[in-house]
Amino acid sequence: MTTEPLTKRQRMAIGRQEMPARDAGERSGTFNEVNLGFTEQLALLEAQRCLACARPVCVEGCPVSVDIPSFVASIEAGDLAAAARALFGDNALPAVTGRVCPQEHQCEAVCVRGRKGAPVAIGHLERFVADWARGHPHDDVVTSEPSGRRVAIIGAGPGGLTAAGELARRGHDVTIYEALHLPGGVLSYGIPEFRLPNEIVDNEVDRLQALGVHIECNVVIGRTYTLDELRKSFDALFISVGAGLPMFLDIPGEGFKGVYTANEYLTRVNLMRAYAFPEADTPVLRGERVVVIGGGNVAIDAVRTARRLGARQAMIVYRRSRPEMPARVEEVHHAEQEGVTFEFQVNPVAIEGDADRWVTGLRVIATELGEPDESGRRAPRPIAGSERVIPCDAVVVAVGTRANPLLTSSSPDLALTNRGYLAADERGMTNLPGVFAGGDIVRGSATVILAMADGKRVADSIDSYLSGTPVELTAP
Amino acid sequence: MGHEVISNTSLSPTVHRLVVSAPRIAVVRQPGQFVIVRLGPGAERIPLTIVGSDAAAGTIELVIQAVGKSTADLVAVAAGSYIDDVAGPLGQPTDLITKGTAVCLAGGVGAAVMYPIARRLSEIGVELITVVGARSSASILFEDEFRSFGDLIVCTDDGSAGRAGFVTDALADLIAAQTVDVVYAAGPVPMMRAASAVTSPRDIRTIVSLNPIMVDGTGMCGGCRVTVAGAMRFACVDGPEFDAHSVDFDELADRLTTYGAAERIAVDHVCRSAGQPVTGRHGAG
Ligand SMILES: Cc1cc2nc3c(=O)[nH]c(=O)nc-3n(C[C@H](O)[C@H](O)[C@H](O)COP(=O)(O)OP(=O)(O)OC[C@H]3O[C@@H](n4cnc5c(N)ncnc54)[C@H](O)[C@@H]3O)c2cc1C
Ligand SMILES: Cc1cc2nc3c(=O)[nH]c(=O)nc-3n(C[C@H](O)[C@H](O)[C@H](O)COP(=O)(O)OP(=O)(O)OC[C@H]3O[C@@H](n4cnc5c(N)ncnc54)[C@H](O)[C@@H]3O)c2cc1C
Ligand code: SF4
Ligand code: FES
Repeated sequence: MTTEPLTKRQRMAIGRQEMPARDAGERSGTFNEVNLGFTEQLALLEAQRCLACARPVCVEGCPVSVDIPSFVASIEAGDLAAAARALFGDNALPAVTGRVCPQEHQCEAVCVRGRKGAPVAIGHLERFVADWARGHPHDDVVTSEPSGRRVAIIGAGPGGLTAAGELARRGHDVTIYEALHLPGGVLSYGIPEFRLPNEIVDNEVDRLQALGVHIECNVVIGRTYTLDELRKSFDALFISVGAGLPMFLDIPGEGFKGVYTANEYLTRVNLMRAYAFPEADTPVLRGERVVVIGGGNVAIDAVRTARRLGARQAMIVYRRSRPEMPARVEEVHHAEQEGVTFEFQVNPVAIEGDADRWVTGLRVIATELGEPDESGRRAPRPIAGSERVIPCDAVVVAVGTRANPLLTSSSPDLALTNRGYLAADERGMTNLPGVFAGGDIVRGSATVILAMADGKRVADSIDSYLSGTPVELTAP
Repeated sequence: MGHEVISNTSLSPTVHRLVVSAPRIAVVRQPGQFVIVRLGPGAERIPLTIVGSDAAAGTIELVIQAVGKSTADLVAVAAGSYIDDVAGPLGQPTDLITKGTAVCLAGGVGAAVMYPIARRLSEIGVELITVVGARSSASILFEDEFRSFGDLIVCTDDGSAGRAGFVTDALADLIAAQTVDVVYAAGPVPMMRAASAVTSPRDIRTIVSLNPIMVDGTGMCGGCRVTVAGAMRFACVDGPEFDAHSVDFDELADRLTTYGAAERIAVDHVCRSAGQPVTGRHGAG
């Protein structure tokens, strides 16, 4: 280890280390993870770029206030165990967030080094420490006596999993109910293997089970049990069912064969492993030319999946311009390397099909950008006479999701927002005492880290609720 | 873990009745609801009607016609073996009438869908006429049971039992001869479409149980979408039963052919490789 601390000048002289990645040609044919992870050498160099600012703004940029300077300093000092302790103190799933957080809008967006040049690669470092920690498991222990209180968590996505761990460690008896046959939520059925390997979610689920958390799959709350039944048999509930209802464009042709929602397409491939058909039983149409409508992470995941399933042409059709795409910059970059093409500023008007109702193309109209709308993004306006057809044999609609009414419609007492999401107060409690909610079902489609932040905050609230002490509020 | 298959009996050359352990579902399920079943690692999630249940024994009854790889695998599960995943009860319960005359119309394995409905209607005490159709006498399902619920008309394509011809012809004669308040129908899409055409001129309320391809069964994927009265509905959460006169049957029939080529590959693959086990994460139940 270096004995002399580096000077600021020396630190400034180190450029941002590049994440080693599988070759684009090789990876566009497989579902193996694209990013290979920093080596110890790269991690050390990257950690040395941190200036250890007196006021670490990066921490403010992180929705869960990860103690970034501390874990980065521990990497630099070569003490990865200490780095892991610092990280896990604030973030239950760093191996996930290090891979999927939109760092460029969060911690790295405010990093001082980004003002001149590239910010510290906080996400890559986070992933490095988390992956090291998986190979060097620390003792995760229940720190409290059994409380004798039972908590039910509905939905095993990142929000539910985080809350489960926090509550179990404090001695509560936790049961997670999950509608699908595997836990993980979007991490299992949505985000593909090439971005987030399944073993990371499995690892977390194993840790929770070792803490005594019960996970019951194939239980659909609102159908198998009602919310009221759970309220009678548990002391508190956490609803973290996500926002899983896919939206359509409401244009002609959405019933044609070859039209998928991103949820169906990705679920077939990820959860049901259709990429291995016929070894696995679930099929998926492998289009030669696949068009994906949308510009978020979901759309990029779908288009990169199409490429891996053998599409010769895998295209994103997005109604705004490139800088407005909400997807993670790294994924867009990777998609381009893999040969994905982009059509910006076009709006779909109809899906075309042949006499047998198979998709043959997507009819689009070009748009120009008008004045910024209430979201601050410029609203696209169609240009008359600019319609044309993009030939394709599969269309994947990735234009967002809404609240799934399956659970809420079976509990009429539960207060909803006017958009159908759950209304919750600062503690995360709904209008029903002891019933808490968080993640996408409260926020609308948001992010993994925000769902986790909710899980953690609600675990605090539930703990206080169960012990009858007032909650100390922390900013979400 | 998993769900023990308590018994597996053959009802006709391709149809089996499985009694499966699913204690919670056995208690709360209602006529018209279904489960999503996944046999094990690598298997598909497929929807199957809950034909009956025994709450005390904690079992549900499934009646499965082997039409492809997944259903063939399920009917081959021996008593004492396990099915990894059974999720439910899913879908909306049947909207049952409480007085008047009902006709239950079942074609082929649609009898499995109609059985719990007919049974409950007979318990409620409405006038009930069941019409079941099958290819031949050997494949008629639940004949004795339906007879015990009320009147029964049997139709076979080859005339080997009951009346020769389609169930929808029998239905047309029925509604011409007497007052019918509601028709419940389940079976192949052409049969449901024809039933709808028969009752529509007289404006007889007709409820069909739709069978689109499903994945999750919770409203998450949109794969089960059907068009009803011009609007998109998800059969797994809004249905599976809808007003027949408003259903776009052409779209439903067409979407069911989506994986025709893949289904043939799945079956061929089994014939060639005799079903190598699929290992890995998804082996976890
Ligand atoms: C393809 C895709 C890519 C994404 N990429 C990113 C990314 O790169 N970075 C990022 O930060 N975010 C990303 N997101 C968003 C992120 O995944 C979500 O914001 C996050 O998963 C929300 O977590 P959650 O715990 O609220 O719900 P979810 O992850 O949606 O999990 C909810 C769980 O509840 C279950 N459930 C639903 N209803 C019931 C019921 N009635 N009974 C029992 N269980 C039920 C569901 O089956 C599901 O398992 C992506 C989303 C998708 C779809
Ligand atoms: C709500 C609901 C309840 C059902 N209840 C029953 C039941 O009680 N008993 C029963 O035997 N079947 C039932 N089905 C149909 C059953 O789910 C399908 O037969 C099964 O999914 C076919 O899978 P496979 O792999 O064996 O056949 P595949 O190889 O996938 O398909 C073989 C043939 O069946 C057709 N098919 C595929 N999927 C379906 C489907 N979902 N519905 C109808 N035809 C399909 C295909 O077009 C093809 O012609 C139900 C379907 C739904 C939606
Ligand atoms: S959790 Fe996300 S925002 Fe916070 S430090 Fe890690 S990568 Fe950055
Ligand atoms: S089966 Fe997925 S939404 Fe109905």
